[in-house]
Amino acid sequence: MKASIPGTSLLSRIASAPRFLAYPLQISNYLELINPLWSSHRLMARVVKVWDETKNARTLTLRPGRHWKRHQAGQYVSIRIPVAGKLETRYYTISSPPERNDGCFTITVKAVGRGSHSLVRDIQVGAYLPIGLPDGDFVLPDPLPEKLLFITGGIGITPAMSMLSSLIARKCLPDSVHLHYSPNEFEVVFDKQLKEMARSHSQYRPVRIFTQPADGIASLNEGRFSAAQLDRLCPDWKEREVFACGPETMLTALTAHFERTRMSSKLHLERFGFGSPNVPVDGVGGLVRLVKSGLDVEADASTNLLLVAEQAGLKPNHGCRQGICHTCNVKLVSGSVRDLRTGKIIDEVGGPVQICVSAAAGNCELDL
Amino acid sequence: MPTGRMPVRLTEAQIEEIGRELDAIRHEVIESRGDRDRRYIRNVIKTQRGLALGGRVIILASVLFLPSWGHGLASYTVFLSLLVFGAFSLGLAKIIENMEIAHNVMHAQWDWMRDEDIQSSTWEWDNVCPSAEWKVSHNYKHHTWTNVLGKDPDVGYGMLRVSPEQRWKPFYLGQPIYALVLAVFFEWAIAIQGLELGRVFSGKSSLRQIRSQVNMTLKKMGAQIMKDYVMWPFVVVALTIPFAFLGFGPAWIAVFLWVLAANAAANLFRNFWTYLIIFCGHFPGDVYVFTKKQAEEETRAGWYVRQLLASCNIRGGKLFHFLSGNLSHQIEHHLFPDLPSNRYQELAPRVRAMADRFELPYNTGSLVSQFGSTVWKILRLSFPGGKSLGMSLEFNTWNEPQESTEV
Repeated sequence: MKASIPGTSLLSRIASAPRFLAYPLQISNYLELINPLWSSHRLMARVVKVWDETKNARTLTLRPGRHWKRHQAGQYVSIRIPVAGKLETRYYTISSPPERNDGCFTITVKAVGRGSHSLVRDIQVGAYLPIGLPDGDFVLPDPLPEKLLFITGGIGITPAMSMLSSLIARKCLPDSVHLHYSPNEFEVVFDKQLKEMARSHSQYRPVRIFTQPADGIASLNEGRFSAAQLDRLCPDWKEREVFACGPETMLTALTAHFERTRMSSKLHLERFGFGSPNVPVDGVGGLVRLVKSGLDVEADASTNLLLVAEQAGLKPNHGCRQGICHTCNVKLVSGSVRDLRTGKIIDEVGGPVQICVSAAAGNCELDL
Repeated sequence: MPTGRMPVRLTEAQIEEIGRELDAIRHEVIESRGDRDRRYIRNVIKTQRGLALGGRVIILASVLFLPSWGHGLASYTVFLSLLVFGAFSLGLAKIIENMEIAHNVMHAQWDWMRDEDIQSSTWEWDNVCPSAEWKVSHNYKHHTWTNVLGKDPDVGYGMLRVSPEQRWKPFYLGQPIYALVLAVFFEWAIAIQGLELGRVFSGKSSLRQIRSQVNMTLKKMGAQIMKDYVMWPFVVVALTIPFAFLGFGPAWIAVFLWVLAANAAANLFRNFWTYLIIFCGHFPGDVYVFTKKQAEEETRAGWYVRQLLASCNIRGGKLFHFLSGNLSHQIEHHLFPDLPSNRYQELAPRVRAMADRFELPYNTGSLVSQFGSTVWKILRLSFPGGKSLGMSLEFNTWNEPQESTEV
């Protein structure tokens, strides 16, 4: 939305003259009225289909706008989800292969946590969501390894699904074993697809492992990853390039095992990346990192951050110094601060902080 | 109706209680912001852009009905009806953009949604005054120093005597005329006001100091002129000119000027309307003005009380509130400038009842009575004197002797 007054050279002035038609907006702001997918100032995607994989995991088929770039199997995309009016950013692995050629891609989401729950339960077909471009380096190497091993847990199956269907579409699926952990047989995401792939491709062998079987006979940890289990289910695992994605406990056990056996170089991991916000104790300040200026300052719990920044030698924009005018608003990069008027903790990463009426509450990073 | 003196006698404890009550209301609204608010602002933005685009297209289409085309429907009646309709739609779009969208977005009312498209830091409005400049003169100066003589730039816009406490000068004799001129060129006046050229003339600042600000304002003005008075008329000419070469259709200069006139009418319509609403915000009837000392010694609760005493509401229906950018709830806006404007209407009864409990005035009236009162003030105060409400407010905490009221 930033107003850009076109450049000053005569040619560029003439070339950019049409932009004045929409000033101070962009022509894209009007195109998006007709079809949000035509906008160029912001990449949007339309939800064209929803499909429940299990009782609480759903695949959303998304049609991205014009400026989308094809992903690599295993990459993720950021999605902005409105939760109680606020746009929250979440990252999801693309579960469809890049070879899919109808201009759409899919994400498969488990209804856990505010953002994902809203995406699974509230977002309807026809909704438009702001998205980012595909990113991430959890991708298959080139050239392809001769043998693969996928170890996935729960909804962590999504990158493996994208990789497997991509390999199948490219007709180059190597000898692949797939250990997939899920709570029980009713909660296996992509269960039918895995069986179908195994039937039509003899070089693919999926193994389902249940950690909490529904009949309740097995003890809780029986199915969890162990060295013995790996040796039993995939004796030649040391010859395989391993791609793993799943809950943190599973990945920790895997990493430890591969380090112990000096096989770490074969292990490729993708984490869900849940940031665990540490709730600050009352009345405690913290270390304030001023990101743009590269300064670290200690601040107490009662000095407002505008003053903290000024004492560090900065001259942040400001007006009223009492929380009225919002001239001093700064983006919170990470951590948390306290609103001195209400005592409320503000820890929404990416949200605005009125630094003249906020103090450090634990460590924080500000876009200053 | 209170006369002569401040009608409030509040103890410090009462003032602080008012502060707590209003803080609680503010907190409640902040906690309850959600999907319905997001839907509201997004729908308003969509509607506004539709109106703007629609208006431009109708203006373009109207030109095809100029009599010189010679076809069956071509007549001044059809042409002018369409042209006026298009200009009206465009003017409405500009009003909604300036009042209900931009003004409120720039107050950071919608920052909480974390929607990149709707942020106070990046919103540039359809007005010759650059947003950056507006945020300083309006959000900071006007809202912090509301009705404080010598500090609030909006007390008479440095041009009018709207309060008897402003010392009379012969210059004010002409203010009925200045007020009219201001209405016509309102957006330009606001853009120029923000530059504070007066400080340059009085030697408090130099041209060099405000150069970058002047450049920014000139650029913004240039871009707005380009859009409404060059590019759009040019586009319409470009679409009709091939026919002119074939020997029929209107002269290109006529087309250019008609479109330019329609756009000018839209801007004028917006200027008149915003002027009408904004002049009812702090000028009518018994609003109070304050001294710098009073404002400097007040607490946050005192600031709330000052906002209440310094602002006036306008009664009206839902559509009127919307078209006024909810500035018809000027009191609620001044108490809670960063709460979403669609909530002011539901807060108004609570604020009004609270004001009543503390025997504080709550200045409201119809558009006719509020604007009538403003017009009367402008006429009356162009001459010396005028009935003062008294600046020595009888706040128990504010009992200092009266300060000089010189602006």
